Amino acid sequence: MTGVARVTLARNLAIAAAAGVGLWVLTSTVSAYANVQIATMAYYFVAVAGLTVLTGQNGQVSLGHGALMAVGAYATAKIGEAVTWPLAAVLAAAALLTAIAGLLVGAAAARLRGPYLAGATLALAVGLPALATRFSDFLGASNGLTVAPPIPPASLGATFPLERWQAWIACAGALIAYVLLANLMRSGYGRAFRAVRDDEIAAQLAGYHVARTQVVAFVVSAACAGLAGGLLAVVTSVAAPGAFTLTLSVALLTGVILGGLGSLAGAVWGAAALVLLPSWSDDLSGALSLSSNVQANLALAFYGLVLIAVILVAPHGLQGALGKAIGRMWDQRRRGRAPRKEEEE
Amino acid sequence: MQRFVDLTLNGIANGAIYAAAALSLVLIWRATRILNFAQAGMLMFTTFIAWTVIDHGVSYWLGFLVALASGLAMGALVERTIVRRVEGAPPLNAIIVTLGILVLLQALAGMLWGSTPRSFPPAFSIRGYEIGGHAVLFSRFDLFTVLVVAAVMAGLVALFSWTSLGLRMRASAFEPEVARLLGVRVGDMFTVGWALASLVGSLAGVLVAPSVFVSPNSFDAILVFGFTAAVIGGLDSPSGAIVGGGLLGLALSYVSGYAGSETVTLGALAILVATLMVRPAGLFAGPRERRV
Amino acid sequence: MLKVEGLHAGYGPVSALEGVSFEIRRGSVTAVLGANGAGKTTLLRTISGLVRARSGRVLLDGEDVVGEPVDRLVRLGMAHVPEGRGVITQLTVEENLRLGGLWRTGRGRDRLPGVYDLFPRLQERRAAAASTLSGGERQMLAIGRALMARPRLLLLDEPSLGLAPQLVAQIMRVLRDLSSDTGLTVLLVEQNARAALSVADHGIVLNVGRVVAQDAPARLAANDQLRHAYLGF
Repeated sequence: MTGVARVTLARNLAIAAAAGVGLWVLTSTVSAYANVQIATMAYYFVAVAGLTVLTGQNGQVSLGHGALMAVGAYATAKIGEAVTWPLAAVLAAAALLTAIAGLLVGAAAARLRGPYLAGATLALAVGLPALATRFSDFLGASNGLTVAPPIPPASLGATFPLERWQAWIACAGALIAYVLLANLMRSGYGRAFRAVRDDEIAAQLAGYHVARTQVVAFVVSAACAGLAGGLLAVVTSVAAPGAFTLTLSVALLTGVILGGLGSLAGAVWGAAALVLLPSWSDDLSGALSLSSNVQANLALAFYGLVLIAVILVAPHGLQGALGKAIGRMWDQRRRGRAPRKEEEE
Repeated sequence: MQRFVDLTLNGIANGAIYAAAALSLVLIWRATRILNFAQAGMLMFTTFIAWTVIDHGVSYWLGFLVALASGLAMGALVERTIVRRVEGAPPLNAIIVTLGILVLLQALAGMLWGSTPRSFPPAFSIRGYEIGGHAVLFSRFDLFTVLVVAAVMAGLVALFSWTSLGLRMRASAFEPEVARLLGVRVGDMFTVGWALASLVGSLAGVLVAPSVFVSPNSFDAILVFGFTAAVIGGLDSPSGAIVGGGLLGLALSYVSGYAGSETVTLGALAILVATLMVRPAGLFAGPRERRV
Repeated sequence: MLKVEGLHAGYGPVSALEGVSFEIRRGSVTAVLGANGAGKTTLLRTISGLVRARSGRVLLDGEDVVGEPVDRLVRLGMAHVPEGRGVITQLTVEENLRLGGLWRTGRGRDRLPGVYDLFPRLQERRAAAASTLSGGERQMLAIGRALMARPRLLLLDEPSLGLAPQLVAQIMRVLRDLSSDTGLTVLLVEQNARAALSVADHGIVLNVGRVVAQDAPARLAANDQLRHAYLGF
């Protein structure tokens, strides 16, 4: 490992460690319900972070990552059923399986650009859940598969709350994902992603293998989606098609946009928004005594409005927002202060 | 053999609907280089409006016309207010905006009508015609579907080929800057293009509604089928959309018949990917090679 | 009839016109000359409204038209034949021509006979797809199309581009005749300075966005230094 890479890894580990400590304190002090929210934010972070690397760093727009999360969730459920591995191994295997799925999709998608890629991944998002009905014996049809809740180890005590344990698992996954992605973005691969995003022909002339780079980015983001799906299954105890509709894929993209294309720190905000927005809109509906139909759809309406508003407010494109995100990261680097994830929680 | 004939006829009827959905995407793509992801939401919304009208006891045909008229209006409105800002901007912007509109429309529909699927009446009987003493998988409604889509297509062909408006629209789509220099109000032409595209989309919506039932998400698949058909024919080609729709309708009918109806969307995905790998510009690739 | 005052224009951070000023009389043929990148095309695009001027005025018969939408300028009688001719290849010859006259009349056929008289070759090929036309035919089509709207001012961007000398001379003659017969004002951007000066009443030389000389063609051609430096002959 080069000197620079070692420094990067050390710094990212330090950030992760600091964040880990912060989260340990946080989860130990808040209610069970809040812990579920933290767990949800954590696995959304994993998915949004992976997608923001694909879309922001590599320029590929995918509407199919909800479907890839489904792959991870179902894989976790099936593998967990079949073997008695520790949870970490099951999740790793699910992520690996999803990465392989990502390899297939990514290879097919490597030649696609812009609207064609979006359309093809949209087809994936709409079509994949139907598999659960087709193979209803194996995949449990519309009720899905149940996932046994993870039991906290005996060393933590008999009264250790399940929700806190689930939050710890999810946060651990999020921290691992953060370290790996942060390292990747600073590495040669990260440079390749950005080079190909900015100017394919120039990148090719500079010696980058464009298709291979696209596929690698896709596989990485798929692995993240798979892990996120697995964590979702563990936290919610179920893997069902209803959780992985087109809406989820659009929500992930909204999270990416909100956080800023290509920004890992932004993925934290994006993930938080995906959890808090529905929660706040529920509170709002309650306060205004809105009908149940309105309540059920208010968060979704907000997502739509956010997506439209972001474009109308920044008409010169999200490249501007990306530029600002990069500018922010550069500034902090120059000032010698690393962005601390814990601060931004 | 009987089954094959049944599936073929069924495929033709479905193909007409996919062709309409494809055409609505192609019209917008040709004019403004935007893939209108919101189309599924727009046609869902207009179908809901038609359903409401019919549900209040009004005749089916009035509901049908209301769907088409609201499609026309909605297309013009969406283009004028929102899409206008992303014409000419990087493709990512248009993708995000049309997704936002899709999601917003689905949310609004959910608020107004709830998520319980509603049944939508077909224009005519859906019982298969009796041929040689037994029922074929092709009904009066299917025949109506094919005929009305063909009629609308013919109308559009006439509009584009023979009218001054059509000439201005084609010029605006092919060479917008040159058209502006010739005094064409290109922006208005785009609005008309969106309005017509949305009208065609609404037609697809009311024709497919009886079989998918009307709910905020039940038209997502049509977007996939329409896009696939459009890609098969070539995104720049209206005639390609029709041929693509027909071919896809047949192909998916066989998939559904022989492999199970749940695999239909995945079948479309497989066909889409295959087309994009083998012949990305579509069957009717025009003189302008598009880099996919 | 056209007066340009202190025109500044550009693309993003690049400035292409830096304070261009000149005036042209009704019924005259004016040639704008200069090397590649001098700003000639930008000048036409700014006058016709495709590019928005950063500062300065463009007075069409006394009315400042900076910032007006292109279709308004067209309706005020300005026609612009762009760089590359702008022939719409997916349409037929007659459709291209009709398009030129559409904003004036319903079907756009009004001036067809007149244009066909001027360019009989176009009448022969009226139903052909414009993609099948040769360079010279396309130039005729582009000019004919512009004339369909009965313009007062005709802007042409490099009409001689890619044409054989004989055709160039023919096109220049046509422009000269149009101007003297119908009183059409012509503003012509050309890299082929010699051809342009042979029919022009007035010449303007641009270099990196500035006017470096304005004069009668004979005097411009007689200035050896100028000719060598900016006109290429």
